[in-house]
Amino acid sequence: MPRLSDIVVKVRSKNAGPFWVTVDVFCGDPATFARVSAALETGAVAALYGQPAQLLKRFDIPDLNVVKFSFPRPVVQGSAEDRDMHGAQWAHLLAEADIG
Amino acid sequence: MPTRVLIPSGVLGLGFDRAALQRGAAMRPDIIAIDGGSTDSGPYSLGAGVSKYARAATKSEWAEIMAARRIAGVPLVIGTAGTCGADATVDWMAEITREIAAETGESLTIARLYSGQPAARVQHALAEGRVLPLTPAPAISPEGLGQMTNIVALAGAEQIQAALATGADIVIAGRTTDTAIIAALPLARGENPGACWHGAKIGECGALCSTNPTSGVIMVDFDRDGFTVQALAEGAACTPHSVSAHMLYENSDPFILYEPGGHLDVRGARYQALDGGRVRVEGSLWVTGPYTVKLEGARVAGYQTTILAVLRDAHYVAHARDWVARLTGFLQGNIQRRMGLSPADYALEFRLIGVDAALGGLENRAGAPVEVGVLGIVTAPSQAIASEIGKLINPFVLHYPLTDDEELPTFAFPYSPATTDRGALYEFALNHVMRIDDPMSAFRLELETLNARGRDAKAV
Repeated sequence: MPRLSDIVVKVRSKNAGPFWVTVDVFCGDPATFARVSAALETGAVAALYGQPAQLLKRFDIPDLNVVKFSFPRPVVQGSAEDRDMHGAQWAHLLAEADIG
Repeated sequence: MPTRVLIPSGVLGLGFDRAALQRGAAMRPDIIAIDGGSTDSGPYSLGAGVSKYARAATKSEWAEIMAARRIAGVPLVIGTAGTCGADATVDWMAEITREIAAETGESLTIARLYSGQPAARVQHALAEGRVLPLTPAPAISPEGLGQMTNIVALAGAEQIQAALATGADIVIAGRTTDTAIIAALPLARGENPGACWHGAKIGECGALCSTNPTSGVIMVDFDRDGFTVQALAEGAACTPHSVSAHMLYENSDPFILYEPGGHLDVRGARYQALDGGRVRVEGSLWVTGPYTVKLEGARVAGYQTTILAVLRDAHYVAHARDWVARLTGFLQGNIQRRMGLSPADYALEFRLIGVDAALGGLENRAGAPVEVGVLGIVTAPSQAIASEIGKLINPFVLHYPLTDDEELPTFAFPYSPATTDRGALYEFALNHVMRIDDPMSAFRLELETLNARGRDAKAV
């Protein structure tokens, strides 16, 4: 089974302010977008990040071939437990996930 | 006549294409606007009230932009001056501006817009039920507010308009929303409000909305029906895709954006490619709402000391997690016996670089690294205690064995002393909005004139 990063252009994550993180999956074309949009289960993505599914915001944006997820940051930016000030490493968890 | 806003780059301090800035200055902008900071780099800037970027780099870039302003003969506004937009960094930016003006000899009026909130004002608002939590919000109390080192409110278009209305040549603003410094003048001139906020959102990161994201310089024209955006660096172009995709950037919701006094809704926006790498956007909506300003605040969360050791012994690399678990238990006992501190009195954390330092408990991959970095982080109520704990654990981080009956190992410390005192750890302590009736009631405006010719220099 391929990984998500094998079939999409890019997966990136960034802080959306100190309390939220946003993950963008750039699919690159409509066919890949359709496949990814159907194959990515919100619950599975939430579990990947250790978040309750009801806190995950999801946007499937066909105009941009992008699937976007946003959720409260597992730890607040800059707190003693924070490991990644800019929130860019979380993308790799999704990028490396198997995709149907 | 559209309102033309020139944006030299997404933030002062990152550089920009100078030829493009010159070109932009010659294209008759009505205003030059640049963002001075963000929370991107964490709570230290707001906590300590200092800029992230070097003073020399800031001054040299600001001097170039001031020169462009001189050529264009229009106002220049910087928002969130000095990364955090605290009162101290507004003053820092004003001082840099005075130095440059002294060097160029130009006559200038400067308006300083302060976003700092005295704790008493926020405590009062809290008591009146005018401080409302966003999601997720840290718990706050009047005492907690009093302990914050800096509290700022994010200024919107109204406050920037008040500063521009003074007729100042340069506005140095404290914390503002990224968009307000761009949207303020077009809104004041009656351009389409949805276009003003949407165009401001697209433009606030400079050329990130174009095909050459590091080239910096962007021009946005606002009119009664929409906005047009273009990148000014040679070879950079805006496309409908690059412009519409920018709403994804650092936003939790790509369609709805809250600002003081309402929100922007871009679900109906239509993007059209024009000649010359320009993009036309129409159909964005501004929806008014109660007038609230977002609050940011930082407080000291402790003091830190760090220690770094590298494990190269294959046996220890393979059992790094077990080793950390044993070591931590041992050290907690030691700290208790020798310093009388229980684990609740401090934090001692070891992160394994090469194993799961970046993702912690979420890491789902394992590999076989050649070496592992052990980053020890001590957090304590004072630097003295953090430092003392650092010294206490030092010989054990260097020599602690995996089992009791093996020879003591020795790991690699990269430098001497092995511990580093980091000073205060700050944390963001507010994710709230404050309702205010009069937009200027939470902000302060001051004017000064530099190098006045034929009139007294005055501060108002």
